[in-house]
Amino acid sequence: MPDDKRIAVLGAGMHPWGKWGRPFVEYGLAAARDALADAGLTWRDIQFVSGADTIRNGYPGFVSGATFAQALGWTGARVSSCYAACASGAAAIGNARAQILAGLCDVALVVGADTTPKGFFAPVGGGDRKDDPDWLRFHLMGATNPTYFALYARRRMDRFGATEEDFAQVKVKNARHGLANPYARYRGEVTVEEVLSSPMVADPLRLLEICATSDGGAALVLTSMDFARRHGGGAEPAVTINAVSTVTPSFPNTVIEMPNFSTDSAVAYGGEWEAGTGFRPSITSAAYAEAGIGPEDLDLAEVYDLSAALELDWYEDIGLCGEGEAEKLLRDGVTSLGGRVPVNPSGGLSCFGEAIPAQAIAQVCECVWQLRGTAQGHQVEGARVAVTANQGLFGHGSSVVLSR
Amino acid sequence: MRTRVPAVEGWFTLGDDGAPALLGSRCAACGTYAFPAEAQFCRNPDCVSQEFETVELSRRGRIWSYTDARYKPPPPYVAADPYVPFCLAAVELAAEKLVVMGQVTAGVTVDDLKVGDEVELVVDTLYAEGDSDYLVWKWQPISAGQEG
Repeated sequence: MPDDKRIAVLGAGMHPWGKWGRPFVEYGLAAARDALADAGLTWRDIQFVSGADTIRNGYPGFVSGATFAQALGWTGARVSSCYAACASGAAAIGNARAQILAGLCDVALVVGADTTPKGFFAPVGGGDRKDDPDWLRFHLMGATNPTYFALYARRRMDRFGATEEDFAQVKVKNARHGLANPYARYRGEVTVEEVLSSPMVADPLRLLEICATSDGGAALVLTSMDFARRHGGGAEPAVTINAVSTVTPSFPNTVIEMPNFSTDSAVAYGGEWEAGTGFRPSITSAAYAEAGIGPEDLDLAEVYDLSAALELDWYEDIGLCGEGEAEKLLRDGVTSLGGRVPVNPSGGLSCFGEAIPAQAIAQVCECVWQLRGTAQGHQVEGARVAVTANQGLFGHGSSVVLSR
Repeated sequence: MRTRVPAVEGWFTLGDDGAPALLGSRCAACGTYAFPAEAQFCRNPDCVSQEFETVELSRRGRIWSYTDARYKPPPPYVAADPYVPFCLAAVELAAEKLVVMGQVTAGVTVDDLKVGDEVELVVDTLYAEGDSDYLVWKWQPISAGQEG
């Protein structure tokens, strides 16, 4: 692949996920310092800092880039802060990459961190907001995030014959993957029986199959290819980012999406209408096209398993198999460590819980360690190409392709 | 005498003189529907129309998928005390070619529902406060006897 779309990943760092209850800046700072040390660079070398915003801390939604820059000490580095819900991390990576590819900077730091409340995510801020669909879906329907995940899960059961045991097996697999991951919040094996005896939250999804909300922080040091070669004494960088997809959906999006009350109407659409063509498949296909690869080239994938059942949807959406074939892929062990394309070797959200602005960055950190061959205890042997996939509320796509 | 108040203005009719219905918008140029109604823009990327009519959406549809809420949702949901779990359904409206979510009427459990089942729109109490019942649309399964 020519240099013109690639950037180098010189450093990756994370603060362990958990429910620590401390300021988010602390997690972001720890992750940033780890990423800088990993890169063999100092904060003074950073020309551009790209923050993924938290909406739950400080002045919500506006301050992350500068907040992290201040915590590291003002140096005059240029800054950007962005929010794209669960896709915020990919958007922050995209901003840094654009600066690097445009030649406006050589070295960028990307940081995201969050501190989360207990229980269901709920709308942030007080007062009645009768023009905000995210507020209204709670008020008028009591539709929490798991409500939407459960609609997808039930549909898989009805259309493809997925079983409760299939969903439980995803959780069992991811729990096993995350056992040795020092950054994972939950590190313990679970059995199918334990999953199926955990309380039902949103039928057919049970407590152990639904992503928790977590505190955590993740950071990356990204550079131009030329800088990486100079810094490495002429050697090619070990890991590169070859594509970042931040696509929006295409009309008509006929799959119900959080936080909406309805899908698009397909009345004006000339093609065949079936309530079931959605946003997710377009996210990675845009990334593959930009990177010049296909799903057959993948050695691993980190996908957003907000529920155990949703991971199966992703197998199809990222092109690992055809529609309705995900359960077979899982049962055959293809997506387990040791299989052809391990999915969520980190343990996924199942073992981490979600720290919104950090999560898409954490997915990339995991891919970096896998491609370097340093993911101790959960290494995908000989991994050369990796993809991350995720989507953010309101229509924010998020996918990153990396290779070594 | 209790007062019946829509929990949100302009999203549905109460059906006082007939049957209740969701109120959506229909683009005057390309026919694209939206719920809740759009007033500013058409969602069709090839359409620049800003003219919309308010229309009643189909009162019947088929279940695209369904679930329930075993735990009390957080505010701004106003839950009864003690909390009673309820079902939710995403319902396909054939004429409008869209899927609309809503709670399912009280007393229905997931065991009563299947993908593809026909349901009908009703207006029902979402929560009560003081002398007022705050109303919302809900989906009600159509029993075999009512079909046709």
